[in-house]
Amino acid sequence: MIEYLLSGEFYQIMLFYVYSAILIGAALAVVTMRNSIYSALFLILAFFSAAALWMLLEAEFLALTLVLVYVGAVMVLFLFVIMMLDVKIKSTSGMSKYTKVGLLVALVMGIEMILLLGNKLVDVVPQDDLVKHALGHSNVKEVATSLFMKYTLPFELASVVLLVAIVAAILLTLRRRDDYKRINPESQVHVKAKDRMRVVKMDAERGNNIGGEE
Amino acid sequence: MSLIHYLVLAGVLFVISIAGIFINRRNVLILLMSIELMLLSVNINFIAFSSYLNDVQGQVFVFFILTVAAAEAAIGLAILIVIFRQRQSLEVDNLNELKG
Repeated sequence: MIEYLLSGEFYQIMLFYVYSAILIGAALAVVTMRNSIYSALFLILAFFSAAALWMLLEAEFLALTLVLVYVGAVMVLFLFVIMMLDVKIKSTSGMSKYTKVGLLVALVMGIEMILLLGNKLVDVVPQDDLVKHALGHSNVKEVATSLFMKYTLPFELASVVLLVAIVAAILLTLRRRDDYKRINPESQVHVKAKDRMRVVKMDAERGNNIGGEE
Repeated sequence: MSLIHYLVLAGVLFVISIAGIFINRRNVLILLMSIELMLLSVNINFIAFSSYLNDVQGQVFVFFILTVAAAEAAIGLAILIVIFRQRQSLEVDNLNELKG
């Protein structure tokens, strides 16, 4: 018993339950928090715990990617938007009529899924333990081999998707203000010399006669 | 500890985020966050299966899902900013002009 409690296996199970509890608690907090900044912060916690779980599953590359891409980029974007928009938090409006039905739907879906896992799929899903890799095994190398040998074209397409997202995001949020003074490059290029300077014919003016000689 | 643990965890997470979409009538932002959580639960499933079956293709797929989800978050937030500029609020109940 004592040996089991001190073993690595027990430690892993304990880690799994701790991280899962944090993940589910953070997810509940994201959904129920009134203030969206708190929601975003709890979502960061959820992503971080999920990354820890992926580490337990020996998917190190994706765990690090999740932290870098989600916590580092996407959630910062979320926080930027939340802080940029001055959203007024309305005081409680009670449960809307959709809330009860929504909770019911979610509950039934959850029960269905867990019943399926507990009853029907037990024979189908692999029951044995996680495949343990040797010490020198590199998850990054394995993912990279598959990604660049077999999935090269989808990888390139993913970059196109990101490019489209950049263009769409900029185009959507670009705002043309009327009172904004700026240079029009096209008219600047097509300007002629005679547009720049105009020679005006006029009669010579007489001086102010400061010397005083009348 | 078996695959079932991870599958139940992902299922619970998915159900929570679905409930979040229905519960939330105040803020489109939290709706977007629920969608992110849903994608996360799907990714947990993918990675659990890939690890237990010792097949790395699931992880490659998760990589693509992460890419698409990042693009989706960027465009979603841009749309949200446009909505906020037009009507100074993000309430879900206010977004009802598209109905025929």
